[in-house]
Amino acid sequence: MSDLLRKQASTALVWILLLTMPYWMPILGGYTALSSRMIVLALAAMGLNFLLGFTGVLSFGHAAYFGLGAYGVGLTIKYLVPSTALGIVAGVLIGTVAAMAIGALIVKLRGVYFAMVTIAFGQVFYFIAFRWNSVTGGDDGLSGWKRQPLDFGVATLDILGSDKAFYYFALALFAVAIAIMGLLLRSPFGRTLLAIRENERRARFLGIPVERHIWLSFVISCMFVSLSGALYALLNNFADPRALRWDQSGDFVIMAVLGGMRSFWGPLIGAAIFVVLQDQVSSMTENWQSFIGLFFVLVVLFFPRGVLGIVRRKAAA
Amino acid sequence: MTQLILFNVFNGLIVGAFYALMALGLSLILNLSGVINFAHGGFLALGGYIAYTLIPFVGFWGALLLAPVLTATLGLFVERLLIRRLYGRDPLYSLLLTFGLALIFEDVTRAIWGAQSVPYQIPGWLATPLSTDFFFLTGYRLFMVVLVVAAVGGLFYILSRTRLGMRIRAGTLDLDTVSVLGVNVRVLRTLNFGLGIYLAGLAGVLAAGQQGLSPTLGLTLIMPSFVAIIVGGLGSLPGTLLGGVLIGVASNLTTVYFPSATEAVMYVMMGLVLLIRPRGLLGEEGRMH
Repeated sequence: MSDLLRKQASTALVWILLLTMPYWMPILGGYTALSSRMIVLALAAMGLNFLLGFTGVLSFGHAAYFGLGAYGVGLTIKYLVPSTALGIVAGVLIGTVAAMAIGALIVKLRGVYFAMVTIAFGQVFYFIAFRWNSVTGGDDGLSGWKRQPLDFGVATLDILGSDKAFYYFALALFAVAIAIMGLLLRSPFGRTLLAIRENERRARFLGIPVERHIWLSFVISCMFVSLSGALYALLNNFADPRALRWDQSGDFVIMAVLGGMRSFWGPLIGAAIFVVLQDQVSSMTENWQSFIGLFFVLVVLFFPRGVLGIVRRKAAA
Repeated sequence: MTQLILFNVFNGLIVGAFYALMALGLSLILNLSGVINFAHGGFLALGGYIAYTLIPFVGFWGALLLAPVLTATLGLFVERLLIRRLYGRDPLYSLLLTFGLALIFEDVTRAIWGAQSVPYQIPGWLATPLSTDFFFLTGYRLFMVVLVVAAVGGLFYILSRTRLGMRIRAGTLDLDTVSVLGVNVRVLRTLNFGLGIYLAGLAGVLAAGQQGLSPTLGLTLIMPSFVAIIVGGLGSLPGTLLGGVLIGVASNLTTVYFPSATEAVMYVMMGLVLLIRPRGLLGEEGRMH
């Protein structure tokens, strides 16, 4: 089979699996909300990987933008307008604007220092959500609001009443976001990002404005992640301060690594494995945190290329 | 009001001293090995809990002496068995590894010593205020400041006057050359890691006496330590010290005027530093990359 054909076949397979997930998930013992969580977190992991895998910049603070998306949608629906669509727009906008400002401060840093600054900045919104009790609900999170049915004029889609309807709503947004991501990566802009990843110095000598590209990549990546955060809050009808915290950032990174950072669909696979594992372990033992931590250690030591990295290597051999 | 401000400045100095002690250890490891040790806070909490467990057997002073050493020993094992495998690889992996360790540490301390915070017994004569006007000036707090100063002094003495310290400093600048000159770099990195963890353990014991122990103790201290390193200047240990003290005082002073911004203020400082002087207050040029 030719390379192109194989690629198209696997892409088609991914979409078929995603489109039918609510129907086969219960057979495997899952539930529809678990499917939704999977694609929503996969969007975050793939969004992060836009920066991590395709630009080669290590960010360990993406939970901040995920959480801003979540609080953006929650606060909008609770205090401003009861509209799901406007809530999502607000969430993505808040996350993206924050990323633009913070991105501008950090684009000059590289490597571990970039990672450290993103970790530190990742935590600032957590503290704000935690302290600003009267608006954000503090440690208890933002509750007392619900996602609203979508009104298309001719028909309404009841994403509140039906878990399946919400899944397909989330999948539609996921598809749009992923399509944009794919197009960006195939464009000259995306190729330039790869060039920066492979050799920043050469890219600079070729006259590429490296800082501007990294800033753009950071902002785009955070935009996808805040969309994911908005969907996550809608899924739970709740914005959790823990969605803003350092451990959430780590979860996204491990999803990307676990699936394979160098492949487009890798983070999706990583997210699927991670979500199922977390669901299982947290229902089995109180010490699930130790298991997740151990999982991190094992992945790093024995599985650093991720699932797709290994598959690809086998295929090449 | 003056007393309130004085109280908060003093408190800030103490908190800043913690941040600095922890950040210095982080900095040591980061500078020599390029590893962001996310588990540093876990080691810190563990140091405190080990001391808590030891007190009934060896007393306050024995625990103060032993617990950091035991914590550092554990650190040596962790470096030897896990972290060492990742040197030379993308820093992403060591960050993820120590991140996983941080999760495990927090969970294990919770499983062993409970999720509730436990009180930490300090000698009575240290707990009493020294003066009625300045109620906050207890012997223990003064003692802590003295000890932190001694520890930092000791660290800088080791770095500037001993062979080990000289090698650590040289390795920070150019590890390959140090290796070529016949220094066993593997051992050097292990010892350096142990030294960093010793400081974390000591900070843990001191923090335990001041604010009691809880499994999340390490996590509340690690973010300010990152900020301290960035504000103070990457690659500069005096900078890290300065950064820690600065953000400690700043966040405590903010408590007086605008309590809800207690944590936010240090991020504002970090943002300003990155904007005006990206390498940090005392950072050397060219170390950002």
